[in-house]
Amino acid sequence: MTAAQHSVGPVVSQRVAFETPFCFASGARLPRWELVYETYGELNAAKSNAVLICHALSGHHHVAGWYADDPKNIGWWDNIVGPGKPIDTDRFFVVGVNNLGGCHGSTGPSSINPETGHPWGADFPVVTVPDWVRAQALLADHLGIEQWAAVIGGSLGGMQALQWSIDLPARVRHAVVIAAAPKLTAENIAFNDVARQAILTDPDFHGGHYYRHGVRPVRGLRLARMLGHITYLSDDQMAEKFGRRRRQDAARFSFDVEFEVESYLHYQGDKFARWFDANTYLLMTRALDYFDPAEPYGGDLAAALAQARAGFLVVSFSTDWRFAPSRSREIVSALMKTKKDVSYVEIQSRHGHDSFLIADPYYHSVVAGYLAHVKT
Amino acid sequence: MTHAQRRPDFDVIASWMKCGETVLDLGCGDGSLLVLLKERGISGWGVERDPGLVLAAVENGVNVIQSDLEEGLAGFEDDAFDHVILSRTLQTMHHTQQILAEMLRVGREAVVSFPNFAFWKNRLAVLGGRMPVSEDLPYQWYDTPNVRFFTLLDFETLCTEMGFVIRERRVLDEQGELIEDEPNFLGSLAVYRLGRG
Repeated sequence: MTAAQHSVGPVVSQRVAFETPFCFASGARLPRWELVYETYGELNAAKSNAVLICHALSGHHHVAGWYADDPKNIGWWDNIVGPGKPIDTDRFFVVGVNNLGGCHGSTGPSSINPETGHPWGADFPVVTVPDWVRAQALLADHLGIEQWAAVIGGSLGGMQALQWSIDLPARVRHAVVIAAAPKLTAENIAFNDVARQAILTDPDFHGGHYYRHGVRPVRGLRLARMLGHITYLSDDQMAEKFGRRRRQDAARFSFDVEFEVESYLHYQGDKFARWFDANTYLLMTRALDYFDPAEPYGGDLAAALAQARAGFLVVSFSTDWRFAPSRSREIVSALMKTKKDVSYVEIQSRHGHDSFLIADPYYHSVVAGYLAHVKT
Repeated sequence: MTHAQRRPDFDVIASWMKCGETVLDLGCGDGSLLVLLKERGISGWGVERDPGLVLAAVENGVNVIQSDLEEGLAGFEDDAFDHVILSRTLQTMHHTQQILAEMLRVGREAVVSFPNFAFWKNRLAVLGGRMPVSEDLPYQWYDTPNVRFFTLLDFETLCTEMGFVIRERRVLDEQGELIEDEPNFLGSLAVYRLGRG
């Protein structure tokens, strides 16, 4: 079995423009806005086999396959989406979308504000998870999809799946919520704050209007990503991957890169800062901070999830400390309290929070096993 | 857990559940009982620790929550279920009293089945100097998942001590046939319906 045999193959991104204003939870509005998306597989005649993939902090619409003119640019969740794969494109019509506020083609801070003729920058509205769900629902309308067979996501993507099930219960038959949490802890928010402060205090940030100065707050974004990256890995995995290994045998008594883990983090930070937009990073982390679907229900998650009509698969990973298994169990307890159909699997994995992106056979079998019972 | 074998206790358990009731099946294995109950209109959730069995239950299309029963049922609300089932699992658990108390906390009724160590063949094996291996105790001493060996009388004594009411009892032989007389001698597998006292 080669990767190519189970790939959706070359894909083409699509774009939809909405000419009616989008109203954010904050009260802000976008007069006109666009979403980029990709689809894999065929929508059946009844339009009942559609699956939405929601992306996490740095994800986007390019979920699977590759581009004919850029074959190395493989979708971020290609290992799970494709023909014969757990999210099987022979059965499902799979939709990937770049969220509002993103930096991969959907309207976001780097898009032009029609009122000023300049990029939105810091003036782009702060976006919330419920905002994304409403925007995705308008994409579903555009595609003629009344009800998703499943909404699936990991991390911040899983939170969107959860929000879908609460806000638009009639439009979701199944929600697959992976490596997520019902809301962030103070510690989670604290990490996000440090990441944002790194960006906000970069001299090249220019109050979020760096585009017009022809610079980017690369140093701040790099630090933000380095910090974030530490929270995606597990202690075990870092110990195994780097330990205390140095690039040279002896200490050089300097502050240069000496330990392998430093080298790795610098590389990851540099790579990310080259292509990601700092304003989008601010928006995505804020959306995480604000996420709390129980808030409109007096803080009662079970009351929020009582709205849901979907069946749920909740998955967590043993070494994930960003959104630990106990956070997923909070979701499961709330679902049990209102007698929802739910399965919960806690997967042994060394890869920390990033486990949801790893092609672990057991994890993939669980997702495949669950989706096999999703009627199309 | 003998999930692959024929489960005569399932029929007894299913006969005690009514359509529309809710069930929590502790140590649900591959979810076979939940599949049977689902066909009869009884909605259920299983709890299972073993990753392979959790996957099998997911593949069988039933609700399964991966959790270790030895840690209790902390995530479950009081009075959440009509029935809480522990089928052929009690003998594999260390925290015997804790799980029984937890069952009658989250459920109105507890259903417990277990192999009877006092079954005559088991007694005969021990008299002959060997640990019993039978239909309902199918393991060798060195590979058994069972950690508690007890009899109908032992269990009923514990129920009394814990203040539980035994509402019904069915005792089966190795063929799954109902035993009426001398159950602690002729019965290989016992199924109890318990309530709070």
